[in-house]
Amino acid sequence: MTVIATRPYAMVDGNEAAARIAHLLSEVIAIYPITPASPMGELADAWSHAGKPNLWGVVPDVVEMQSEAGAAGAIHGSLSAGALSTSFTASQGLLLMLPNMYKIAGELTPAVIHVAARTVATHALSIFGDHSDVMGARQTGFALLASASVQEAQDMALISHLATLESRVPFLHFFDGFRTSHEISKIELIEEETIRGLIDEDLIAAHRRRALNPSNPSLRGTAQNPDVFFQAREASNPFYDSVPGVVARVMDLVAEETGRRYRLFDYDGAPDAETVVVVMGSGSGAVGEAVEELNRRGGKVGVVTVRLYRPFDVNAFVDVLPETVRRVVALDRTKEPGAVGEPLYQDVVAALAEAGVRADVIGGRYGLSSKEFTPAMAAAVFEEAALPHPRRHFTVGIRDDVSGLSLDFDPDWWSEPADVVRAVFYGLGSDGTVGANKNSVKIIGESTDLYAQGYFVYDSKKSGSRTVSHLRVSPRPIESTYLIDDADFVAVHQFDLLESLDALEICRPGGTVLLNTPYRGERLWDALPVEAQRHILDKELAVWAVDAAGIAREAGLGGRVNTVLQTCFFHLTDFRSSEDGVAAIKSYIQKSYGPRGQAVVRRNEEAVDNAIAAMFAVTPGEADGARRIADPVPAVAPDFVKRVTGAMLAGKGDLLPVSALPVDGTFPTGTARWEKRSIATEIPIWDPELCIDCGRCALVCPHAAILFKAFPSDTTVPEGFAWKEPTGKDLRGMRVVIQVAPDDCTGCGVCVEVCPAKSKEVARHKAINMQPKGEHLERERRNFSYFLEIPDMDRSQVNAQSVKGSQLLRPLFEFSGACAGCGETPYLKLITQMMGDRMIVANATGCSSIYGGNLPTTPWTTDDAGRGPAWSNSLFEDNAEFGLGMRLALEAQRQDALLLVTALAPELGSVAMEILDLFEGDDASSGDELVVRQRDLVSRLREQLAGLQGPLPRRLEGVADSLVERSVWIVGGDGWAYDIGFGGLDHVLASGRDINILVLDTEVYSNTGGQASKSTPRAAIAKFAAGGKATGKKDLGQIAMSYGNVYVGQVAMGANPTQTVKTLAEAEAHRGVSLVIAYSPCIAHGFDMTHQLDHQKAATDSGYWPLYRYDPAREVSGEPGLKLDSKKPTIPFKQFAATETRFAMLGRVDPTGADRLMQKAQQDIDDRWSLYEQMVDVHRTAEYVEVEE
Amino acid sequence: MTVDLRTSYLGLDLDHPVIPSASPLTGDVDHILALVEAGAPAVVLPSLFEEQIDHDAMAVHYSLEMGSDGFGEAAEGFFPQLDDYNTGPEDYIDLIKRAKAEVPVPVIASLNGVSTGGWTMYSEILADQGIDALELNVYRLAADMRQTSEVVEKSYVDLVEKVKKSVGLPLAVKVGPYFSSIPDMARRLCDAGADALVMFNRFYQPDIDLETLDVIPNLVLSDPVELRLVLRWLAIMHGRIDCDMAATSGVHEATDAVKALLAGATVTMMASALLRHGPSRLTEVRDGIRSWLGDHGYESVSQARGSLSYATAPNPEVFERAGYMKTLKSYVPTW
Repeated sequence: MTVIATRPYAMVDGNEAAARIAHLLSEVIAIYPITPASPMGELADAWSHAGKPNLWGVVPDVVEMQSEAGAAGAIHGSLSAGALSTSFTASQGLLLMLPNMYKIAGELTPAVIHVAARTVATHALSIFGDHSDVMGARQTGFALLASASVQEAQDMALISHLATLESRVPFLHFFDGFRTSHEISKIELIEEETIRGLIDEDLIAAHRRRALNPSNPSLRGTAQNPDVFFQAREASNPFYDSVPGVVARVMDLVAEETGRRYRLFDYDGAPDAETVVVVMGSGSGAVGEAVEELNRRGGKVGVVTVRLYRPFDVNAFVDVLPETVRRVVALDRTKEPGAVGEPLYQDVVAALAEAGVRADVIGGRYGLSSKEFTPAMAAAVFEEAALPHPRRHFTVGIRDDVSGLSLDFDPDWWSEPADVVRAVFYGLGSDGTVGANKNSVKIIGESTDLYAQGYFVYDSKKSGSRTVSHLRVSPRPIESTYLIDDADFVAVHQFDLLESLDALEICRPGGTVLLNTPYRGERLWDALPVEAQRHILDKELAVWAVDAAGIAREAGLGGRVNTVLQTCFFHLTDFRSSEDGVAAIKSYIQKSYGPRGQAVVRRNEEAVDNAIAAMFAVTPGEADGARRIADPVPAVAPDFVKRVTGAMLAGKGDLLPVSALPVDGTFPTGTARWEKRSIATEIPIWDPELCIDCGRCALVCPHAAILFKAFPSDTTVPEGFAWKEPTGKDLRGMRVVIQVAPDDCTGCGVCVEVCPAKSKEVARHKAINMQPKGEHLERERRNFSYFLEIPDMDRSQVNAQSVKGSQLLRPLFEFSGACAGCGETPYLKLITQMMGDRMIVANATGCSSIYGGNLPTTPWTTDDAGRGPAWSNSLFEDNAEFGLGMRLALEAQRQDALLLVTALAPELGSVAMEILDLFEGDDASSGDELVVRQRDLVSRLREQLAGLQGPLPRRLEGVADSLVERSVWIVGGDGWAYDIGFGGLDHVLASGRDINILVLDTEVYSNTGGQASKSTPRAAIAKFAAGGKATGKKDLGQIAMSYGNVYVGQVAMGANPTQTVKTLAEAEAHRGVSLVIAYSPCIAHGFDMTHQLDHQKAATDSGYWPLYRYDPAREVSGEPGLKLDSKKPTIPFKQFAATETRFAMLGRVDPTGADRLMQKAQQDIDDRWSLYEQMVDVHRTAEYVEVEE
Repeated sequence: MTVDLRTSYLGLDLDHPVIPSASPLTGDVDHILALVEAGAPAVVLPSLFEEQIDHDAMAVHYSLEMGSDGFGEAAEGFFPQLDDYNTGPEDYIDLIKRAKAEVPVPVIASLNGVSTGGWTMYSEILADQGIDALELNVYRLAADMRQTSEVVEKSYVDLVEKVKKSVGLPLAVKVGPYFSSIPDMARRLCDAGADALVMFNRFYQPDIDLETLDVIPNLVLSDPVELRLVLRWLAIMHGRIDCDMAATSGVHEATDAVKALLAGATVTMMASALLRHGPSRLTEVRDGIRSWLGDHGYESVSQARGSLSYATAPNPEVFERAGYMKTLKSYVPTW
């Protein structure tokens, strides 16, 4: 293969392509993390941190704000003061920018916002791509320019920056989230000198002259009245009129320099086409391929790709349409319920009407939330359009059996050209498969004349997540913007995946398969499920195998099998000669890992060197394997789980019809229990001989995979089911058991770390020990199955407010997809044990909403009585308000209920009086005892109501449940509490309502990949704080304490579990707002999560995370409100910090800066401790009053 | 009467035979300058640990890889990608550069490797920085039940041969005392190219925490009594191997140093006493040697060197097994 010489090609994704231009052409960049746009901000921040200048030699100032609203405000200000400014965002982030976008546009300010277009949350959140966000911005006055590919993401970014300067109209440049933002593709870079030649410095000078300047003062942002507002609004018309011309001219200039010619609307297809599809964004790639194929088959069709969507140039649009066109199809990647049609459809209809073009227009929706959109689907659109009476409105890509709108399509209609090599790789997030494939496409794209494309699909779990990499290699630029379904090469990087996944289904006949397996010979063949065997035999697949895990292990790379399998991939394909490929891989290893250290390079090179020799061809046997791909859920699962959840788990969710899905986003809880992922290689095995039944293993288990129960001693248990006599007297007459959920454990080992009981003979042997799963799986499965049959403990028989007692109760949060060793989930699980049967949860967007609410399965569940947490996620920024609203609703319903009970008292009899006495008297009971009484009363009330006629009894039935205590929990991470949601949180803190707030403080934006928040401590490295955070952590607890009536607790389960339980119980009991700030170790801290409890302890021992409780009620009795629950610091902060990468990395990168920041961080701790010590002696005199409900 | 303390060690001409050995004290140029001010005629920098470098690099690697490419919202991992994480020997190279620029006495670098490739690679890197000599701080814990002493010993010899071949610098080899035949090993190391033997290195030794029942690594400062072991082997080998010999472990006072010299040490090395008492202790030891030698009528340190070795002592059998029996016999219980 020819090695290319000097053409400035690069393998980048859409985010990098756009961000590079934005960074080059900006002075101020205000950012806020949001998927899938975060990488643009991260790159810009990293470049500026590394001192990379913009086109004028100035390093852009990249500023992280508290929200996208803040980012928009900041760039508005920056623009007003004359700087070239930009931001990056998506979805809800763009919606938060809208108010400022109106302002920026209204003031005719040149600016560009780059958007990785993403679905706006409606019935559900989705991180994936469609145009619902940008369509929500089309009325702001921003020009909207769309990119359809990675190449265009660069080119249109430049065109946006150039056109805004000339037109003064701000630009929203967008491309499809994930499909373009995260697709790695070969693009031709526009070099800085070229850009310099395209920039008109006079336009920048004009922008500066318009800026606010005391030397030449002006006033902007007036309030206008009915007399002039309208006219002033119309005054900007000429600028909007000029935009299409400006953009067309800039496109021409760019074309002269780059050879890539774009028009406002680009037409491809037959010059005499009768049917034309109009589409915007990456979907045009699939439509283009369908058009080419249809015309090859004799059709007369075409496609218009919309570039400049706003302002919509009617003439330019009509000009590109062939005169022969009879039917136009507008495809929208968004949904506008209730509208005549979606926005692009309406624009097309209006444009053709205005231009007097006699063509019939139909409109369809496609690709919502990154739903696949393929040439076969596009062909179905053309087929529909060719009908004499097509549907005016339709959908494509789904099966709509409710409204009947969807088009049928033939998936086999289209096959990709034979000279495009397609490879699909199945792996795990933890094995480096995606990283290796990113490198592979870069190697191929950068070092050969070939074009390469990489696109990566992740599942919704944070632990044991599966990845699928789709790689295309072609002699031509690749415009296929959909997943591969007919692969020449399939690699299965984790052999176990074959047990649950029909991975070889995707391989074409005669294709090549690569397996990572410890097996050889017949054992290998026998280990394959029969489905895989059949694929191999029926399609005559060439199968190769290698023990990549063994090679990686020997090279000291743990489970990172990436470089081994990458080497085999190159060997089995002919993009590069084998030696050439190995050299290229090694060169990339040096490039990628060199900065981390030569040991990393050396070990990976060793793995590469050993790969090819270890690879061998697999000889097929008969397709008579005893193994079959397991059903996704067991037969005993509820119907919905089998029909719907099961399909999603099997990877067949795309095939579910509309009728299968809830109409309003409401799903049953308790579904995680049906998904048996079995991802651990080692699981904890209990040794009852040593156990002291303290319950700590169950307490700290992030996945509720270690469970603790007691049962009567006269119970007959099956053989092999382990149990022990209880250690203390509190469970006399009972037996206790610690049981692992073997298929739900992630193998994190935190339970073993916390176990205090060691063998006297073998100190490493504890009462619970990690053991190879295979040796114990069948027995533990049987035992767990029996364990589930043991009735839940009676809540009245245990003290739920103790560590041990709480652990005897069933967790109503189980088996989440959180990271192995997650520091957040043990708190949530604990709360559900203490009060889950009466919880309502408002959950801020973030990690906890993803592991808590991401389909297919969710962890919130119910007890034997069918009660459990009711959970919802609204948004990121509004969670405190959302939760407050829930409490207000409960109060309103209770008021109504009490009024109705009063009104119906004569008919209701004694139960009415008992209810009124309970709520209006001096009853001091609380917690479980109160709830039991209330439930009994409500039950009796319902019995009485059943016999009563009339509207009032019916109304009371509707609100009767509000007479049972509800525990409202507002849950979220620090990104929400400290930053984006702080305004609302602060207001809710001041509300005095009976609300509990749990801040799961990981000290970074964990869900979006570790960006700094205002909770991030000084001296820690994080994204957006690459040089170490220079400012200290906000003291949220102290802010809350300042109100004087807010219960505030700071906890760290690993430092003091008893204090954690006590704090949560007090928070719940406090009749007002309670705030609990929970230290939550996270993989973003950079250490082995197995040891997270030690880290929590060290954080507390160093005074970095002091434990305290501030209880306003104590002040009523004359005591100080604040109690410090941890001792004066016993170790220096440095000793704790040295064990976590987030702090230690700075010491490596910048020892001097690290010393300075570490000293200040120590001072932060000393100062705070000193302040708290003084506060312990403070007696407030203001009276604390419980808020009346 | 003036006493000539001048000594040649590793071909380096030194004013006297008391050198600060590898310790945290020599890891900082300001501290080194204080030692030179106190009279240090050369310094041995702390060891560059290949294992530590590898460990740091892999730790950075795992931190950057952890969670990356596994979840769509955090596909790029959880830490910013930086141009350089400084996990390599750069800090050490900077130390050498500063020391060579600012310290007026010979600078001896020290290296503790793991892999054969690592020993030679880092030796060359250090040699390129203009060090005056290189000390190989070799210790291998043979914890493999099937690894023979022959294999272990050969690996020492091969290592010295390879490094000597790849760098032309004067080479000291710092070893432990746990060979079946120390003299034979010493001879073979010298034959392989060692210009000096440094006896003996001290390792982290495990301790047991009785509260947590955990095993914990531990390193305590040396005690003068440890010098006895060194004295024995200095004495036995003095004049019988073609190598300089440096005495380290247990040299705390001038009298310790004098004993080492009398037993045959070319130089003595100090770390624990300097850490405990500061650089002035080096001055005291140097002056103490001079006084002792002067008081006892010696003209020079070379005159005294080895005068109580196995070959020259009036009762050399004490250095051998018989000495052990004698010690026991002379031990009188105090109860």
